[in-house]
Amino acid sequence: MNHLIILPIIWPLLVALLTLLPPFDRSLLLRRYLSVGGSVVLLVFSVLLAIQSTNSPAQLYQLGNWAAPFGISLLLDQVSSLMLCLTAVLAVASSLYASSGEDEGGFFFHSLLHFQLMGINGAFLTADLFNLFVFFEVLLIASYSLLIHGGGKAKTKAAVHYVILNLVGSALFLFALALIYGASGTLNMLDLGTKVATLSDTQLQLLQAAVALLLVVFGLKAAVMPLHFWLGSAYSSVTPAVAALFAIMTKVGIYSLLRVFAMVLQDAGFVASWVFPVLWWTGLLTIVMGVLGVLASEDLRKMASYLVVVSVGTLVAMLSLGTPESVQALLYYLVHSTLATAALFLLADLIAHQRGKAGDRLVNGRKIVQPVLLGSAFIVVALSIVGMPPFSGFIGKLLLLQAVPQGHAMLWYWSALLGSSLLLLIALSRAGSILFWQVAGADTEARMAGGRRGTALVLLVLASPLLSLFAGPLTDWCQAAAVQLQTIVNLSPGAL
Amino acid sequence: MELLVAIIIGVLTCCAVFLILRARTFAVMLGLTMLSYAVNLFIFSSGGLKIGVGAVLNATEEYADPLPQALVLTAIVIGFAMTAFLVVLSIRARADLGNDHVDGKLPVAKNTRQGASS
Repeated sequence: MNHLIILPIIWPLLVALLTLLPPFDRSLLLRRYLSVGGSVVLLVFSVLLAIQSTNSPAQLYQLGNWAAPFGISLLLDQVSSLMLCLTAVLAVASSLYASSGEDEGGFFFHSLLHFQLMGINGAFLTADLFNLFVFFEVLLIASYSLLIHGGGKAKTKAAVHYVILNLVGSALFLFALALIYGASGTLNMLDLGTKVATLSDTQLQLLQAAVALLLVVFGLKAAVMPLHFWLGSAYSSVTPAVAALFAIMTKVGIYSLLRVFAMVLQDAGFVASWVFPVLWWTGLLTIVMGVLGVLASEDLRKMASYLVVVSVGTLVAMLSLGTPESVQALLYYLVHSTLATAALFLLADLIAHQRGKAGDRLVNGRKIVQPVLLGSAFIVVALSIVGMPPFSGFIGKLLLLQAVPQGHAMLWYWSALLGSSLLLLIALSRAGSILFWQVAGADTEARMAGGRRGTALVLLVLASPLLSLFAGPLTDWCQAAAVQLQTIVNLSPGAL
Repeated sequence: MELLVAIIIGVLTCCAVFLILRARTFAVMLGLTMLSYAVNLFIFSSGGLKIGVGAVLNATEEYADPLPQALVLTAIVIGFAMTAFLVVLSIRARADLGNDHVDGKLPVAKNTRQGASS
């Protein structure tokens, strides 16, 4: 058995525990080195796994060597390795950015960061539905604490909503799991996928009730309309390094939707008859709600939060098409949108600290101290999010548009995506011109974006041109991943 | 017995939903606790209900499904930890925001709000 598969879960756990032990508990500096170093090593592991999964069949890892439907399995395929790499890149940027001062707000910052990474990586790797629940809880309890890290009224208020909503979500998830187990007698994803075809009508009805609950749970995690109202206040009040990492959190919901509906239950009749239509219309409505939020935002961080909602809507509607082309486009766009919104969260913080009291609110403020660095970063990120060439958003949106079949689906999706792009262009250019050009007051002595902050920002901003530079190989890779995702269930566990 | 368990789970869930929809954190917390009780019973019954049989092989002639029992243990532990976190967070919110409303501010009575906005 290939033990590398479990390292993305074990490694963050080890790093998190090490930060609590001597000599790391004595010195913040050592904790920072450990945290950033640990994230870089995690990136190396993830890239190794991605290389391993390329052009090879999906691999199963049986925990404790218990045989497939009884023990817990981890599944490594191209989709999960892609998500692991994406998480690790965000982890490096986030830990680096936090090391410049944000981690002083509390002793446990770096431990929590790595516990959260463990939960996220576990959710991406697991092939067992109950295990998915457990890893959800791991990443959630770390995210609760990271959300209120540093304290303050806004964070506490957002955290109360976030925690209560997610606890209700967890309870619904458990109801769904019990229903699935009661109906099919298994919680292993691959096993469930093969058993769906043999279920009787009553069992299928139970399974559909479970699926409806799962839709609510994953929709809450992904922030799909009408379950997206927590996101705006949570993401805009959290510290920026954590917000950058949280950019992947909504994608955990999308990934779970993809795993369950595009892989496990793809052959079940009810998925095509009502699950995908529900996802399609809620996805399109999420785009509309997100764009309205972006237009109404009074500061840049709120705007970045609602941009997350827009990208979620775009992805969920695309997911509901269920074809290999749509999954390919979804994967490419998911990588692009996660990195772009994470970069925007960091950028919003840097801008806020250089404009005096105006902060990142869209009002006249002092002159930005580093207009060239921050300005060019803003242009790259904004153009990338809007979808202008030559950046990755253009290629991502092109793939999305191409993946929609002709007919009335095309009418709705094209108008939603292109309309939202136009409105985002207006909102972001308005924001950019106010922040950078409407200057009043004297110059300030402000915090410079150098060293760690600058490196983290540049790392995320550069991802966009790199994604479009290597778009050829990357889209081919995403295509192979999409094809692989939809053929895994047809393989018996023994063949893997 | 199935009917009895179903009624218990249903009543628990009803009370839980009612309490969760209250505006004070304490009631919401009680509601969530009650919901997790309902969930635990529900998971427990997902393997089928049997009386007087062991969960271990060879102990009795018939045996109950052991997996839901393992799942329910995990769910209890996680639910307990999450409730503990919510208790601490609610106390923190009471201190930070000055009240125990879930939105962090007490709703203003209708006639005074109209007076304030005009």
